[in-house]
Amino acid sequence: MKAPDRAGILDRLFWGAGSLVVLGYALVPLIWLVSLSLKRAADLGDGRFLPAVVSTESYAAVLHDPQFAAALVNSLGIAAIATALAVVVALLAAYAIVRLEFAGRRLILAAALAIAMFPPVSIIGPLFNLWRSFGLYDRWAGLVLPYLTFSLPLALWSLSAFLREIPWDLEKAARVDGATPLQAFWLVIVPLAAPGVVTAAILVFMFAWNDFLFASALTSTNQARTVPAAIAFFTGSSRFEQPTGSIAAASVVVTLPVILLVLVFQRRIVAGLTAGAVKG
Amino acid sequence: MRPRGSAEQRLAWLLCAPAVIAMLAVTAYPMLYALWLSLFRYDLRFPGERHFVGLANYAAVLESEVWWRSLLNTLMITVGSVAVELVLGLVFALVMQRALVGRRVVRTGLLVPYGIITVVAAMSWRFAFDPTTGFVNGLLGLHGAWLAERWSAFFVIIQTEVWKTTPFMALLLLAGLTLVPEELLRAARVDGAGAVQRFFRITLPLMRPVILVALLFRTLDAFRIFDTVYVQTRGAQDTATVSLVGYDTLITRLNLGLGSAVSVLIFVCVVLIAALYIKGFALDLSTSGRGR
Repeated sequence: MKAPDRAGILDRLFWGAGSLVVLGYALVPLIWLVSLSLKRAADLGDGRFLPAVVSTESYAAVLHDPQFAAALVNSLGIAAIATALAVVVALLAAYAIVRLEFAGRRLILAAALAIAMFPPVSIIGPLFNLWRSFGLYDRWAGLVLPYLTFSLPLALWSLSAFLREIPWDLEKAARVDGATPLQAFWLVIVPLAAPGVVTAAILVFMFAWNDFLFASALTSTNQARTVPAAIAFFTGSSRFEQPTGSIAAASVVVTLPVILLVLVFQRRIVAGLTAGAVKG
Repeated sequence: MRPRGSAEQRLAWLLCAPAVIAMLAVTAYPMLYALWLSLFRYDLRFPGERHFVGLANYAAVLESEVWWRSLLNTLMITVGSVAVELVLGLVFALVMQRALVGRRVVRTGLLVPYGIITVVAAMSWRFAFDPTTGFVNGLLGLHGAWLAERWSAFFVIIQTEVWKTTPFMALLLLAGLTLVPEELLRAARVDGAGAVQRFFRITLPLMRPVILVALLFRTLDAFRIFDTVYVQTRGAQDTATVSLVGYDTLITRLNLGLGSAVSVLIFVCVVLIAALYIKGFALDLSTSGRGR
């Protein structure tokens, strides 16, 4: 590596400062939530950004709340199932769309576009009605199904865009070198596609984890109510007291798995976004 | 290209079958059901009184001021948030691509708003702008109750949307940035093109398809805004969006007939927006990159 010249150093300083600003913008509301969650109930109205006295009373309240524990389990289970299903279904379709010549290719993409455009609020009435007669109302499956469907376009698009960038000639080259079709696919294409699959899985998981509309319309009890609905409908010990501290503590608790997920898969995401570097 | 056989056709349909079934069963069928329900007077509180009313529900919705106000509110939120997100998203993507020190930290940090549940983000900003618990007033030396007044409530809602979804935009755009060949930029630099010129003449045109996809997704997403408004104002101060009106009619008031008419109208609006992108900007989602 050559030594950076003066312009190079300025360049670094500029983008370094930019990074700090971006990071600050992204993290301030999270830090604010953590700070709120650590304030004593009496200090919630003090208008300070950081707590004067650190207290864990809000966490104690939330972690002993059976409704919150149930919501956490529901959210994790439902999002995980929906993610697994959506990625498999989308990968199959994306492969067909990118690699195979067939009459329905445009039709599938048009259908996916229709779903992506689709306003979920348009079907919560019918689903509410149907799910009650099918016994899916207030059940995991009642949320897994809409999450699977509504995350499909996102998964399908990100995967097929990703598959398109894969140098498929490598597969051909492997075949010329004597690999079987399955070997060529498994040893050459799958490793190239894996980062794309991880990226798609994260997009789907976050979609399911995030949803509030279906969760609030299609569930009513601890049996299937997920975290966003639980937090939005949180009531304090008395009806007249806004449980700010508890909401903040619950929010911090449910944000942890996501940050963990991002940290664990960071390398794969970066690899996924910089893949396709193989040329010529 | 070699001729393709019917075996390939069959395989392709087989691979696509699960996706097609899921899409038909959970959206097309319920949507047709909504279309059907919208032609009836049908209130779940009085299920016995269900009867056919033709297009009367649509007439009722289109004559109500609530619908037109909520449509206007939704469009304002959509245009406001998506415009800011595009610019910020491009800046963030460039920072992520160019920063040499701590680039991984920035990417991870930027994934946090995207990962945070919208309801949680809306709560966080609601508490931040709250006159008693918040810090924003203290920071700016103001005393206003932001969510108690229409325009400041819109500001809080839009800024929550921007904070929450700019990372999505930035990550999509970053993926587009990596498709811009580094040699091309270096060659342009050698030929004397400045940083700004390189960005507008090379980077942006090459990223056009990615930008359009990102814009399409975000515009449609913003138009359907529900969570943030529900948590921050619940539609008070005349901030209700079309999704909120639909939800209240369907789930809170259990009026399936009228609510379904609202649902169908929201669907029509969304189709119009998508048509604008696809026809207006010639966005082609299926053929790009084929046959290379």
